Amino acid sequence: MDTAIEVQGVTVRYGDVLALDDVSVSVRAGRVCGLLGMNGSGKSTLFKTVLGLVAPDRGRVRVKGLKSAAARRKGLIGYVPQSEQVDWAFPVRVRDVVMMGRYGHMGRRRRPRPADREAVDHALARTDLTDLADRQIGALSGGQRKRAFVARAIAQNADVLLLDEPFAGVDKRSEATITDLLRQLRRAGHTLLVSTHDLSQVPALCDEALLLQGRVIAHGTPEQVLEPDVLLEAFGIHTTEGTPWTR
Amino acid sequence: MDTVTALVEWFTVPMRFEFVQRALLVSVVAGLVCAVLSCWMTLVGWSLMGDAVSHAVLPGVVLSYMFGLPFALGALVFGAGSVALIGVVNRTSRVKEDAVIGVVFTALFALGLVLVSRVPSQTDLSHILFGNVLGVSDTDILQVLILAAVVLAVVWYKHRDLTMYAFDPVHAHAIGVNPRLLETLLLGLLSVTVVVALQAVGIILVVAMVIIPGATAYLLTDRFERMLLIAMAVSVVASLTGVFTSFHLNVSTGGCIVLAQAALFTLSYLFSPRQGVLWRGRTARALRNRS
Repeated sequence: MDTAIEVQGVTVRYGDVLALDDVSVSVRAGRVCGLLGMNGSGKSTLFKTVLGLVAPDRGRVRVKGLKSAAARRKGLIGYVPQSEQVDWAFPVRVRDVVMMGRYGHMGRRRRPRPADREAVDHALARTDLTDLADRQIGALSGGQRKRAFVARAIAQNADVLLLDEPFAGVDKRSEATITDLLRQLRRAGHTLLVSTHDLSQVPALCDEALLLQGRVIAHGTPEQVLEPDVLLEAFGIHTTEGTPWTR
Repeated sequence: MDTVTALVEWFTVPMRFEFVQRALLVSVVAGLVCAVLSCWMTLVGWSLMGDAVSHAVLPGVVLSYMFGLPFALGALVFGAGSVALIGVVNRTSRVKEDAVIGVVFTALFALGLVLVSRVPSQTDLSHILFGNVLGVSDTDILQVLILAAVVLAVVWYKHRDLTMYAFDPVHAHAIGVNPRLLETLLLGLLSVTVVVALQAVGIILVVAMVIIPGATAYLLTDRFERMLLIAMAVSVVASLTGVFTSFHLNVSTGGCIVLAQAALFTLSYLFSPRQGVLWRGRTARALRNRS
């Protein structure tokens, strides 16, 4: 009933490649779910499916009980992109990026009203970026950049946040800051789906973890999923390609 | 005093001619519209698309002349048609986008060349290709003004969405705004802008008008609003310089406008306060010497 993200029997094929094979996950509201897996394990595809960027060949997706498109129109889904997908030289200020989170709440011309500016100020304060708000987005450190996009999702007032590799390219101290911030969001009732191939923050951050390798290998508490036996089962046959995890 | 008089006359003498006044009007208006659009073209990385659309309008222009229609009509049909064709072939084949663009625009350009050679002599190929801004007709001017007003109005209304699309289309999608629609809108604006600009500089050089001002401004600022203003200033200065220079030297107007733009780009490439290669080299040396 208070399931925030529900993925049921989703299968996605890209041509001959089976990207997701009968994947089912449900994440209850107000929880943080870590999405673990190697490159090519289907993490991005699962994200894209929840976002409605990829239509599944079979199965269904519900966000807060709604189809993805309806959930998106209501502004329920906040997306925090991977660093590589962002043009950091783009001439926008941190404040402009956060304001884009408000666009769904605005009229067709996207002219900010006082309430929108307040929401942006509030989001900047919560992410500790108030003093950096007028900087160009690329003039931030790795951790600050991530926080700017989390601020955009906060300004959007998104219930469900999808975070794509939030710890990539971030130093240890910023990792802890981001984990802190995400835990605060969770306490405020947000639901977070966090894809990562960095396991170090998983126990501190996640209530549950999902190990993906085309299909769901394991889904449970971080302790259960990070069991060496489970990891070996998932990746044992791939050891020749080197260790999949950066610790 | 003599140099001042000479300088004033350099501007005032050509202004006595009506054809110069008309050329200035068309060049400045086209320059403004192109400058505005060039900011998004630069950021999205669509210079090849600009080149494609501008070449692909040739058959449309020729057909318009053949049937006595306003040239803008045919140009728009073929400009938008080429964009649609590129999109379809790109989505339904494994050929990469830049190759698709290359195939489509050269094919349409070739069609235009063939059509021109079948048409009686009132259409002058070199005017279409290289521009004929010193000989624009009243209908040409009217078309330019109407299309320019349309582009500027749409951009004014939608500029925040267009910037969101250029910066993060996935976010647009995530908040329920269709990025495909915004892409189509931007391509449509590009088609119309190309039609405006080819009156000033001709088909071959249109791509310069929709790229150089934005690229120049991009080197000078980190703020999008300033980028728009700088691009417009660059473009207007280049249009004025180009028209006057071409009058005095009796050389191609389109060529002069684009050369002026290129000169301004070069200046900002070299001397931009933060991005200029000269200062960047010096800063790097200073840092090395310090350590």
